[in-house]
Amino acid sequence: MTLELLRIDDRLIHGQVVVGWGQPCEIGFFVLVDDAIAAAEWEQELYCMGTPPEMAIEFVTVEQAVRQLAQYQADSRVGMLLTGDIETMDRLTAAAPSLRQVTIGGLHMRPGRVQRMRYVFLSPEEEARLRAMVARGLSVVAQDVPSAPVTSLDEVLRGDGSA
Amino acid sequence: MMNERRSAVVAGHGRFAEGIISAVAQVMGEGHGLVAVTNADRTPEGIEQSIREALERTGSTVLFTDLPAGSCTFAGARLARSIPGLQVITGVSLPMLLSYVAGGALEKVIEQAQAGIRLLGGEG
Repeated sequence: MTLELLRIDDRLIHGQVVVGWGQPCEIGFFVLVDDAIAAAEWEQELYCMGTPPEMAIEFVTVEQAVRQLAQYQADSRVGMLLTGDIETMDRLTAAAPSLRQVTIGGLHMRPGRVQRMRYVFLSPEEEARLRAMVARGLSVVAQDVPSAPVTSLDEVLRGDGSA
Repeated sequence: MMNERRSAVVAGHGRFAEGIISAVAQVMGEGHGLVAVTNADRTPEGIEQSIREALERTGSTVLFTDLPAGSCTFAGARLARSIPGLQVITGVSLPMLLSYVAGGALEKVIEQAQAGIRLLGGEG
């Protein structure tokens, strides 16, 4: 088995992830990559409290995730790796070139961002960073739940939020 | 005669909160103190801010949320660290809200809501 999905989602672990992806894909473990949460025990407890016991969560920094990647890939369970922002996923994939595809699952309204899809709002800097990730050879797509269509980054960036 | 009706914030996915509050109004009439918050389009910080404002508006320290692992529940749990006395009840249902609005003690409200889950039919 392998890491089924690398997801960028500012809500990290939440309903869509646990129920929407977790149940149909039989996710056995989440790798939550966030330098701040990796150091915040109370916040880790919060995510554990809301997640069913059959889904384990690893809280790691970018550095730790890179170091432990082979172990995640070799895990017999299905895994999902999550970052809360583009910058973290960019750092992770730059340090771990074996990762090939990244999925934007949810980036919501914030000052300076423009709506591109129902669940994707991006600032010009974030768009430039995503383009740079694609230029580096990564595939970047958007998909919030498994039943939704997979949308390429080109289509995302052409969008105005109506789709 | 009207019972004492208490206020609270209800937060959830999509139009869940708005919908369940409209169901309370249908059963008990208007005049309840429930305020809806949706997580739609909002970042975690945005959800926290909306819930905080709604709590301030109602003067309540009770928050009902829809899903245990949902973003509204996580936002509520984070807020509970900074708002003294804030109580977050997740897994809200219509019987739960009705019992709360009618003035039931919170422990009793939860107990009744749990007891109200039944499986009917299915035999044969």
